[in-house]
Amino acid sequence: MMDHTHKAFDSDLQELGRMVAEMGGLAEQQIVDAVDALSRRDLTVAQRVIAGDTRIDVLQREVEARAILTIARRQPMAVDLREVVGSLRISNDLERIGDLAKNIAKRVVALDSEFLTQKVMRGVEHMTELVLSQIKDVLDAYARRDLAKAIGVWRADEGVDAVNNSLFRELLTYMMEDPRNIGICIHLLFCAKNIERMGDHATNIAETVYYMIEGRALADERPKGDTTSSTVVPFDA
Amino acid sequence: MSSTGLSHGSNTVPAPVVAARAALADADEKVAIRNVDFYYGDNRALKSISVSLYARRVTAFIGPSGCGKSTLLRILNRIYDLYPNQRAEGEVLLDGNNILDAKQDLNLLRARVGMVFQKPTPFPMSIYENIAFGIRLYEPLPKSEMDGRVEQALKRAALWNEVKDKLSANGLSLSGGQQQRLCIARTVAVQPEVILLDEPCSALDPISTAKIEELIDELKTEYTIAIVTHNMQQAARVSDYTAFMYLGELVEFDTTSKMFTSPVDPRTQDYITGRFG
Repeated sequence: MMDHTHKAFDSDLQELGRMVAEMGGLAEQQIVDAVDALSRRDLTVAQRVIAGDTRIDVLQREVEARAILTIARRQPMAVDLREVVGSLRISNDLERIGDLAKNIAKRVVALDSEFLTQKVMRGVEHMTELVLSQIKDVLDAYARRDLAKAIGVWRADEGVDAVNNSLFRELLTYMMEDPRNIGICIHLLFCAKNIERMGDHATNIAETVYYMIEGRALADERPKGDTTSSTVVPFDA
Repeated sequence: MSSTGLSHGSNTVPAPVVAARAALADADEKVAIRNVDFYYGDNRALKSISVSLYARRVTAFIGPSGCGKSTLLRILNRIYDLYPNQRAEGEVLLDGNNILDAKQDLNLLRARVGMVFQKPTPFPMSIYENIAFGIRLYEPLPKSEMDGRVEQALKRAALWNEVKDKLSANGLSLSGGQQQRLCIARTVAVQPEVILLDEPCSALDPISTAKIEELIDELKTEYTIAIVTHNMQQAARVSDYTAFMYLGELVEFDTTSKMFTSPVDPRTQDYITGRFG
């Protein structure tokens, strides 16, 4: 695209894009560290994740301030307006992703010495890989204004939902087998739910990227596979 | 997104597309401009323009200097007829009647289609006479009725409260913003159907501009309004439809909300986002 006649407008928009990209990178690292802390029950890493969330929060406020200033100063129109609004929305989603990672880290601290089965952890790790690749793809789609990639992320959320569903059933089974598992299983359920929510934020971002490029909302019904909220728990007393 | 910029000179929205959009509009067509060409001598300033103005709606014309937007406005009340070597071809239908017809009564046309110019142009006479002068051309009224019409016009133009105690003062003694509202009052006094505004705020400060914009909102409940403006935010604020013109062609015409958030043509995008040149 052609440059603006007023060059400072271009640098305003570039800076917004750079800040969102930095937030994205930080959020990705927070997820990797939080799940790593969970699988190895590493309290030091968990504490680092909890402390590290502040930086994402600060960046989000900076994106917001700069976006508002850009609107006030430049009155952006059309593609520029969508870009500024897009940066606001995406930074919101990334901030939420950061919060969810922090929440996982907090649960590591709470779990501390409790026993974790390798099998459940593998499920959580697998889900994390799926979500991380979704987030990486959607951040790429944002940076390169790649419509096909954004749509791909938007459609691919089903995989995450499927793993979440099977983890949910597995954890239910452990809890029914032995009530002493309930504490840890509840924490793990929340961790899994957090990761699944991160995937939802990735699809939100995909929708925003689509809007930024196309100027209209993604209209189709998104494929949804999360059935955990309607699952009946079989319990023989 | 395409970055073709201005290089695609021939990528104009074809007339059928514009006509189709017009058919979708939720308002009545008041003025239908059909395949209009305009010539200054041999210079073709407008190239097959087709666009509509809708009743009780504001249509903004935007585009860089020399794109033909003022020329188009000048066709709508045939003010160009005052100049030699200028001619329009095609059809401009006002309520279905072609005003480009040689038999068109121009005085009647200009009473139906009023115009306000970039620079306020009050007559060098009293505020009262500035309004009454135009009314007398079309209908001789007794003094008492004339007073009422003058007051009504000044109120319509949101100027009454500021001038009611000095109606005999010279129109030129008013501030720029007041002068422009006086010109609008003069235009509405003859009870036109269409009002053409050619950059009505470009010589005004922000407060006067806001007053004129408020006035446009008010006037559109009764009139069909076309406005030419260089101020993109103004077009976005006051208009229902926006037409983008470039090099004598109509590039894109759509609802204002669509034009300023997601225009289709890359040239429109480049212009309204400030990426020209």
